[in-house]
Amino acid sequence: MFGYYLELALHSFRRSRALTALMIVAVALGIGASMTTLTVLHVLSGDPLPGRSGSVFLPRLDPRDRDGYDPYAALPSQVTWTDGVDLLHARRAARQALMVGGATAVQSDEREVDPYLVTARYTTGDFFPMFGVPFRFGAGWSAADDDGHARVAVIAASLNDRLFHGRNSVGRTLHVDGADLRIVGVLEPWRAVPHFYDLATGEYAGAEEVFVPLFTARELKLKRNGGIECWGQGRTDDDRIESSTCVWLQFWVQLDDAAAVASYRAFLDGYAHEQVALGRFTRPSASDLTNVRRYLDERQVVPGDVRLQVWIALGFFVVCLVNTVGLMLAKFMRGAGELGVRRALGASRRSVFTQLVVEATLIGVAGGVGGLLFALLGLALVRLQSTAAAQLAHLDGTMLAATFAASIVATALAGVVPAWRACRVPAALQLKSQ
Amino acid sequence: MLKMTHLAKVYRTEVVETYALRDFNIDVKEGEFVAVTGPSGSGKTTFLTIAGLLETFTGGHYHLDGVEVSQLDDNARSRIRNEKIGFIFQAFNLIPDLNVFDNVEVPLRYRGMKAAERKQRIMDALERVGLASRAKHYPAELSGGQQQRVAIARALAGSPRLLLADEPTGNLDTQMARGVMELLEEIHREGATIVMVTHDPELAARAQRNVHVIDGQVVDLAEEPRFHAHAQAAHS
Repeated sequence: MFGYYLELALHSFRRSRALTALMIVAVALGIGASMTTLTVLHVLSGDPLPGRSGSVFLPRLDPRDRDGYDPYAALPSQVTWTDGVDLLHARRAARQALMVGGATAVQSDEREVDPYLVTARYTTGDFFPMFGVPFRFGAGWSAADDDGHARVAVIAASLNDRLFHGRNSVGRTLHVDGADLRIVGVLEPWRAVPHFYDLATGEYAGAEEVFVPLFTARELKLKRNGGIECWGQGRTDDDRIESSTCVWLQFWVQLDDAAAVASYRAFLDGYAHEQVALGRFTRPSASDLTNVRRYLDERQVVPGDVRLQVWIALGFFVVCLVNTVGLMLAKFMRGAGELGVRRALGASRRSVFTQLVVEATLIGVAGGVGGLLFALLGLALVRLQSTAAAQLAHLDGTMLAATFAASIVATALAGVVPAWRACRVPAALQLKSQ
Repeated sequence: MLKMTHLAKVYRTEVVETYALRDFNIDVKEGEFVAVTGPSGSGKTTFLTIAGLLETFTGGHYHLDGVEVSQLDDNARSRIRNEKIGFIFQAFNLIPDLNVFDNVEVPLRYRGMKAAERKQRIMDALERVGLASRAKHYPAELSGGQQQRVAIARALAGSPRLLLADEPTGNLDTQMARGVMELLEEIHREGATIVMVTHDPELAARAQRNVHVIDGQVVDLAEEPRFHAHAQAAHS
């Protein structure tokens, strides 16, 4: 019977083309607006480490002096060189990585292309397994490489494509600001969205193109960038920054279960107390472990107006649906005569109801297609903005499926009330209206 | 075939009860051709919609082909309507955007019949009413008489036990009406049971038996002289 109901729905659409088009446009506009804003929200508020973000934490301390002390203010999200290295070498977590952003000039060993500037991350070896970074060729470096200031590098797929035409470049040499580094790994395309591990270099910044061991980078005096906060006699110039009272490094740890979290929390607390006792920390002892999701919420990475836009768009969709319900009711009641004839010829109330819901669902399908086009148009308009976040606004498979599902389910549900009312009219009365 | 005993149909509002049918009794035997006559508002159409299971009744009993229908749910009533009853309406009630073939197909679709069998039955029914060549035409392309023949074909396609006709010639001119009536008589001669509601005494006279309805009740004109003059007036 389903095929027959589809035929009848198409007949019905042909019979009242304008009304049908109006309903489809109403649904499409509502879906298009909702999906545009939902896609932006979905992209901006996505999980940067799917399946891992629950076990990745940001340890936080407060090494600042007493000026401007506020016991309720959030702790710094970065650490000093001294604390970072201490915590790293303590190795109290399953994995830990100390890092900072940078920018450096690179060139291949064939020197085909002039040196050019790329974004860099100077980090320790656990960065790759802790964040689940996928490798196309080779692998990351070891803790021994970190400690030994190994002259190695991992490069992004995009850099490998540009410098080595996409071939396996593991073992090749990369000239980085005059130093030669051996390539040990080439990444698959990878990007954490949001760029949670270093928000200061851009909340939605692209992934870095070259990764160098942190201690090697410091030894080679590679150019550092990112956020820095100093107090007291703290100096931001690179020569003294390791001994300055400044927080400028990001430190992340992987803790796989609640026991590990509790243990690390105790360790961190003990470390903070120890630093207070040593006189390095002058504020009352404070420490925290913040997981990725809470950190992103705390930093309000997703702009508030994006959420507002979603609510406005959903409200608009509801208005469109309410209008569609009204139009459907008018359409179905106008066709009451035909429904009466069908009832007289043996259609049950359930058959008539199903027929009308199928018709409503078809409107939802058409509205979904239209909504998809409107959403693509809306997202193209969003991308015209110059922000990094706007460039991410693309419809992915999940949102594409969600667009259709939302359109079909919402319109089918919107069709239930008119269909129910139309099929409840006594057949004898429907026949009299014929 | 169709037996109603002490049947009542009451329309209730908050302030008034209106009896459309009251102590209504009728017994139509299989193969009979019965004309139901009566003045406007007498309850003829209400009787027909109840007989066709399109409306429920308030009291009494109704047996259709031996089945008491009062306790049946909508699905069962629809199935009986589909399998045992054929409707012919005064206004033809063809679906305008379906062609003749598709219109005749409607009741067969609800029976879940296979396409080949549906096609066979549709073409047989259209042959029977002389419109096989018009299968691809739309109702608007046919005369009133032809439209009613299509409606009759639609009623016959499902091989119903009972044909219910509501003023089948009411919208037709004399010549077309005659043609439709001859078709109904032919169908009756082939064994169909027909109940026809009509205002037209000429048509009623061509039925085997007349049942006269006044104020929601069946009256026997011969035994109720007080109605005789009224009925005569209605017929004249």
